[in-house]
Amino acid sequence: MASAEEIARAADARDIRDRWLLSAPALVIILLAAIGPLFVMLAYSFMLKGDYGDVQFGTFSLDGWTSVLFQRDIFDDTLGLADAHLTIFWRSISLSFYTTVLTLLFGFPTAYFIATRPPKTREVWVFLVTIPFWTNLLIRTFAMQQVIRNEGLVNTALMALGIIKQPLQIMNTDTAILLGMIYIYLPLMVLPIYASMEKLDFRLVEAGYDLYAGRWQVLRRIIFPLIKPGVIAGSILVFIPSLGAYVIPRVLGGGKNMMLGNLIELQFSAGRNWPLGAAISITLMAVVMIALLVYVRNASKSDGFHG
Amino acid sequence: MHRDSDRVIAPQLPSRPAYGDNQTGTHLPQRAGSLNGVIVPEQPGKNAIEVRGVRKVFGTGENQVAALDTVSVSIRENEFFTLLGPSGCGKTTLLRLIAGFDFPTAGEILLHGQDIAPLPPFKRPVNTVFQSYALFPHMTVAQNIGFGLEMLGKPKAEIEARVAQMLKLVKMEALKARRTSQISGGQQQRVALARALAPQPKVLLLDEPLSALDYKLRKEMQIELKRLQHETGITFIFVTHDQEEALTMSDRIAVMSAGKILQVGTPRDIYDRPAERFVADFIGESNFLKGEVKSMADGRAIVRLASGTEIPASLPEGFTPSGGITLVVRPEHAQICPAEANASLSGTVENIVYLGTDTHFHLKLDDGSAFIVRRQNSRGGGEALAPGSRVGVVIGENAAQVLKD
Repeated sequence: MASAEEIARAADARDIRDRWLLSAPALVIILLAAIGPLFVMLAYSFMLKGDYGDVQFGTFSLDGWTSVLFQRDIFDDTLGLADAHLTIFWRSISLSFYTTVLTLLFGFPTAYFIATRPPKTREVWVFLVTIPFWTNLLIRTFAMQQVIRNEGLVNTALMALGIIKQPLQIMNTDTAILLGMIYIYLPLMVLPIYASMEKLDFRLVEAGYDLYAGRWQVLRRIIFPLIKPGVIAGSILVFIPSLGAYVIPRVLGGGKNMMLGNLIELQFSAGRNWPLGAAISITLMAVVMIALLVYVRNASKSDGFHG
Repeated sequence: MHRDSDRVIAPQLPSRPAYGDNQTGTHLPQRAGSLNGVIVPEQPGKNAIEVRGVRKVFGTGENQVAALDTVSVSIRENEFFTLLGPSGCGKTTLLRLIAGFDFPTAGEILLHGQDIAPLPPFKRPVNTVFQSYALFPHMTVAQNIGFGLEMLGKPKAEIEARVAQMLKLVKMEALKARRTSQISGGQQQRVALARALAPQPKVLLLDEPLSALDYKLRKEMQIELKRLQHETGITFIFVTHDQEEALTMSDRIAVMSAGKILQVGTPRDIYDRPAERFVADFIGESNFLKGEVKSMADGRAIVRLASGTEIPASLPEGFTPSGGITLVVRPEHAQICPAEANASLSGTVENIVYLGTDTHFHLKLDDGSAFIVRRQNSRGGGEALAPGSRVGVVIGENAAQVLKD
């Protein structure tokens, strides 16, 4: 007869085996579909480009990486900063930053509003927020185009009201991209904040008022610290896809106002420079990860005492 | 009341006066002066809180519910005042109106003579100990206690000194740096008390603060609360549904039911001289007897019971006789005597319950109604009574009370 200890140990072993078995399909998919391609990209970034796209296998070159930031002069072959790339980097980062800040500004009151409705009404509001997800991103972006183009809704209305004489040129500007990204990513900010806010004990808010805190102080000292996890999650969910946005700048920014996603696409298509495309992709990923680390660390550090 | 829990989703605050005003005039008085822009004249011996004809209606149209139905009550300075009643009686609603979390549909709430009903909670020199404590989970014990003072804009040194004083008062010095999630329920209770007392409110409101504690801790905290009230000299308004808690701690009790205050009085008044059947029934055990007032004088009456016996009883205030009345007799105020003796009532022993300190005799009176007599036990004392024996009941000179209804 096996002792109780042996039986327990055998059960533990079985548990561990079962857990591995159950997670195996997910692990295989992650390895093959996510981590595998990353290594392919990393390898490509260190090869010479092929003449008609692709790469020359078996070669090693840092050309892909140097051309992320630098370009060779056609005449004297010296390295100079690639201004066009820097502009695109800067546009991507600043537009993503503004998108995050503005979605937070709009999303926070929305989430607060929903969380303070009676439970039944709350579900309806959450449902309304998620409706845009039913439509393809491309279609929603074109819808935005219809709203802001020169003959679109906004301009037609403003001109009909006599507020402006000439249509506002919004299309094909950074503003158009920003508007599109705010529109597309707002639900991704609202939902995590709402999830935090829903769990918020509103008696704490009452306690704040009771202890002489006005509305602003209650918001700053009680509500905000308690829903910070939701704000962090929402900011991450908005900032990361914004940085890599492709469809929105393509449709609303026209050909000139590229973001990183468009630059990468260009290298793999018309640019025929796969090593450069791969290098930019990896750079983008690194930027995202660094931004995440800094953000999360700052956020968890700053919940100290103010008094 | 079912509304108490689901009604409050977000605190609704009035727009006047503008928020942020509490940054000005932040001198916190010890006993008098201006707090938070609220002028609080000190009038010793006067009422701390005066509730005048306050009505509170929740919902609209068909769904209207009057949580408070024209309530008036005065709460004296330095008093430990308890609002006692079953859940749904409106006691929490009244407390929330005084705190400022809700606003009365009609009526006035005076704090030292000034109407505070339209003021938001952060403009009232009144603090609350919440049933769930509502401690801020992202702050330490000391930060929680200092929060109110900080919001009043007190200098840092003063806050620190006051927090230290409060920590000492509730004996929590050792745990001041802990998060509130890292301390026990009883300790959270103490922190909640210290937090509410730190800004030296004119009135402290306590919303069933002991209900989450176990029996032993609750007993300790009852004594602790009494001590704190005595030491701070602050008026306490305490809400509870626990009659024992109310009787032990209060200077005066208001018994509430269905949005009304039925009786206000000292614990002894309420227990010995309940004015209405609900009060007698809700607090302690009661025997009810039917009868008629035969004569009355000086607040006392001779009542003829259905059995024909006449007994003396005291009358409630403002009593006007109208046909049949009900008498209440507390089980320990009646005595059992031999059946043949000159008894007020007679009946049969149905059941005898031994409870250690005392014994309950469940009797069936001759008219078929039930009657309970409680007798304190002593060693070797008491005649041998068995179920089925016939006994008489003596109702003494001062044992019976006539009810209003």
